[in-house]
Amino acid sequence: MRIATAAQTIGPFWHLIDDTGLADLTRFGAMGEVITLIGTITDGNGDPVTDACVEIWQASPPVSDRFPGYGRSGTDASGTFRLTTLKPGPVPGHGNTQQAPHIAINILARGIITRLYTRAYFEGEALNTTDPLLGMIAEPSRRATLLARPEGSTVWRLDIRLQGDSETVFIDI
Amino acid sequence: MSDIIGFRPAAPGSQPSNDTPSYGSTRSRHPLRPAIAFPHSLTEAAGPVFSPLHFPPNADLSVTGGKAAQGERIIVRGRITDEDGRAVPHTMIEIWQANAAGRYRHPLDTHDAPLDPHFKGDGRVFTDAEGWYQFTSIKPGAYPWRNHANAWRPNHIHYSLFGPGFATRLITQMYFPGDPLLALDPIFHSVPDEAARERLISRFDLAVTRPDHALGYRFDVVLRGRDATPMGI
Ligand SMILES: [Fe+2]
Repeated sequence: MRIATAAQTIGPFWHLIDDTGLADLTRFGAMGEVITLIGTITDGNGDPVTDACVEIWQASPPVSDRFPGYGRSGTDASGTFRLTTLKPGPVPGHGNTQQAPHIAINILARGIITRLYTRAYFEGEALNTTDPLLGMIAEPSRRATLLARPEGSTVWRLDIRLQGDSETVFIDI
Repeated sequence: MSDIIGFRPAAPGSQPSNDTPSYGSTRSRHPLRPAIAFPHSLTEAAGPVFSPLHFPPNADLSVTGGKAAQGERIIVRGRITDEDGRAVPHTMIEIWQANAAGRYRHPLDTHDAPLDPHFKGDGRVFTDAEGWYQFTSIKPGAYPWRNHANAWRPNHIHYSLFGPGFATRLITQMYFPGDPLLALDPIFHSVPDEAARERLISRFDLAVTRPDHALGYRFDVVLRGRDATPMGI
């Protein structure tokens, strides 16, 4: 058996492969409930992470010619990423379980050697109470780090703290 | 759905820890709490598919605007497989690198080395049906960084790979054989297992070398393999 190649940091110059179009998952004409997912990434000192690459992937709605399911955004001078996508629906879980609507998130940056993986859920979704992943996180304050909050009718905010008090829950992938 | 097949966990020592104090930028950017274990669901087991129609390939970084870049021309060829040796076909690979002088075409790169008007430093290729990829570039130069006194990154090319699932997503770096800076580089040494580190080093390959044109290097990448059994049953 072979062993998977080791990860290395994306470094500070990854923008050479950036394409701002990647931040809009509706650019190929996707139809549905269009939302903007925004968030600010801060480090253990509370400073904004201004050189991060934030990737999202969602299994719902299903990928099609019009909806790639994948997007990427750099963080700006305030550490903020911004992605336009379709609001996901429930995703099948293991056995007969349903997962609450969620978006998978990778955080890549200088000083992050292997990607940090987490998820954005949506505050107020009924399925959140029975979601298998959220159910594994006992402390409400920890669970809340995965809940995007509405800002107006179409914008959802999920701030991400890499380290320290109110550190985001990361998932072993 | 009970038939989701996830991907195998990393072999011990084969992957770096984000808590690597010798790499200074990790200090305020690595989580202090352990990541929570959660079996791969559809979200992690499936992943994006990229079409060359939306993402046009650029397999030659050595020419920009019809003019040749400065530096030692190289051809990099390799095969992408999974841990079971199966080819990863038609998967997108993104690459980016410094120019021959060790300077990135990037506003944050302040290294006092010349930019090359005929070198941008980004490429995109897709593997063929057997998992093979190839691109032409110039050998990137070493560059200084502020991690510690007199710190220099070894020559390297950055790689971004996707594979079949979001769990197989891989960002890594390809190094060059015989580079004396490898022994001093905390990013390279963040991988605990020596054999796993060595696999990040390409090898010179005369069969890839094109006479009177470019030196050839071989760099294979292994992405995570599927678990033998479905998860969560
Ligand atoms: Fe680099």
